[in-house]
Amino acid sequence: MDKKATRESYGEALIKLLDIRPDLVVLDADLAAATKTGIFKKAAPDRHFDCGIAEANMMGVAAGIATTGKLVFASSFAMFASGRAFEIVRNSIGYPNLNVKIGATHAGISVGEDGASHQCCEDIALMSVIPNMTVINPADHVEATAAVLAMADYKGPTYLRFGRLAVPVFNDPETYKFEVGKGVTIKDGKDITIIATGLMVAEAIEAGKALAEQGIDARVINIHTIKPIDREIIEKAARETGKIVTVEEHSVIGGLGSAVASVVTETCPVPVIKIGVKDVFGHSGPAVALLKEFGLSAENIVATVKGALGK
Amino acid sequence: MDATLKKNLEITATKVRMGVIEGVYNAKAGHPGGSLSIADTLTYLYMVRMHVDPANPGMEDRDRLVLSKGHTAPALYSVLAQRGFFPVEELKTLRKQGSRLQGHPSLGKCPGIDMSTGSLGQGVSTACGMALSGKISNESYKVYAILGDGEIEEGQVWESAMFAAHYQLDNLVYIVDNNNLQIDGPITQVMNPYPIDKKFEAFGWHVININGHDFDEIEKAFDEAEKISGQPTVIIQKTTKGKGVSYMENNVSWHGAAPNEEQYNIAMNELRAHLAELEK
Repeated sequence: MDKKATRESYGEALIKLLDIRPDLVVLDADLAAATKTGIFKKAAPDRHFDCGIAEANMMGVAAGIATTGKLVFASSFAMFASGRAFEIVRNSIGYPNLNVKIGATHAGISVGEDGASHQCCEDIALMSVIPNMTVINPADHVEATAAVLAMADYKGPTYLRFGRLAVPVFNDPETYKFEVGKGVTIKDGKDITIIATGLMVAEAIEAGKALAEQGIDARVINIHTIKPIDREIIEKAARETGKIVTVEEHSVIGGLGSAVASVVTETCPVPVIKIGVKDVFGHSGPAVALLKEFGLSAENIVATVKGALGK
Repeated sequence: MDATLKKNLEITATKVRMGVIEGVYNAKAGHPGGSLSIADTLTYLYMVRMHVDPANPGMEDRDRLVLSKGHTAPALYSVLAQRGFFPVEELKTLRKQGSRLQGHPSLGKCPGIDMSTGSLGQGVSTACGMALSGKISNESYKVYAILGDGEIEEGQVWESAMFAAHYQLDNLVYIVDNNNLQIDGPITQVMNPYPIDKKFEAFGWHVININGHDFDEIEKAFDEAEKISGQPTVIIQKTTKGKGVSYMENNVSWHGAAPNEEQYNIAMNELRAHLAELEK
């Protein structure tokens, strides 16, 4: 299977978008080479503005541009876009409900060697709690591309989360349709449901296959929109399979697992076992090895599912 | 400035100040001190300078104003009411539950408001965004952002200052309301931001120092800003916090407090007397 980092999908999608939306403006904070808005800059230098190492100001500038009706994407690493600039995103973008798209790359542990200062596992929590904000965490190149193009037509503040690590491209670009707020059932199953998001969806698919070989029929769901979350698909899974395992490259506090748990506790209480970063900071190391170490792997999903089923 | 225009502006500014007192008194809360210090410049901008239309507040080519020192919303609301964006009577609903006149300006709630502000240091960045957008598509509009002198202690203000100079936003004017007082006391004692002009100069801005209660100087400053090309302009205006109400002037305790009934009557009588004097 081909592999590609979703940050690259982001940069390339922006170029495609410019053909459809000539009013597009892209901002970056001295990370264009890493966030891949640099690809866009090459294609459209007069529509790319570097804001320097000043993420707070960049988010405000994006808000101001949005008030004039142009489509604006503001990019940085997830840590700085959601963390450093949090209050500007809250007060200057979320509160006035402005049409700013935040393209945040280098999310999660898979940042790798840079270590904990850059491994943001809190961004979904931080962005989800802001009223008006939509939070999208695409799983592969196809979904990331489709999400960027789709969210350009969606009016309102949006946080798009992309990764640094090249990950398997499992969606078919010919047939894939991105629908905001709609989960995707990748594999049906009746014994248990694995709900994954972002880079963890590929691991969940692999886990689903391994479990099938061991006689466990696990449903696998991809939740690309953390907020607003697809309540229907989650409630159905809870009713039909009775147990849920969530998988995310994010803190187990305030991310996908919390969102899923909060849905089922209201309408269909079933056990929700959360695989994610367990309230700890990361550290330096190769991305794939770190994912393994933090339990963000198909093997650990398989083990967790079997544990949940008492097998 | 033409003498009749000047007198008319002084009359309107006095009415604006009455609206500030009316609003804050009825709300039993709010920020009269900094509202009164910025009242003259806001009056000039909306009555003379800015291309706005109360019948069409969202007009695309309108000039924009971001009240980065959002706590002085009572002054902005009062000016907008005088300009005809909504009835003056509505000023009495300031800060009330269900009112369009939120404690700090809220985009989309109240006609004439160009940006939600209140968290200091943020409005200026949004003004930069509006100005940049204007440059991108070659629009004619101007963008004004009003800052407090305490507000410039926020680091984001200087991020924005660097940005505006870097992108040569000559369609952008900052106005620093230098009334010398912030909540905890004189700005020199709390966290000295002086020299304000030298700082902006060092950031690449065109700097104009004026008396912010003199309409001749205010007009000259904006005329000068209009002619500057290739760099943004900052107008640093020396003002008196609480200007126009004797017991509020230069008294930091009126930064964020409402007058009681007796104090309200004194303030309104002073302003009414001043108005009568002007209208003679």
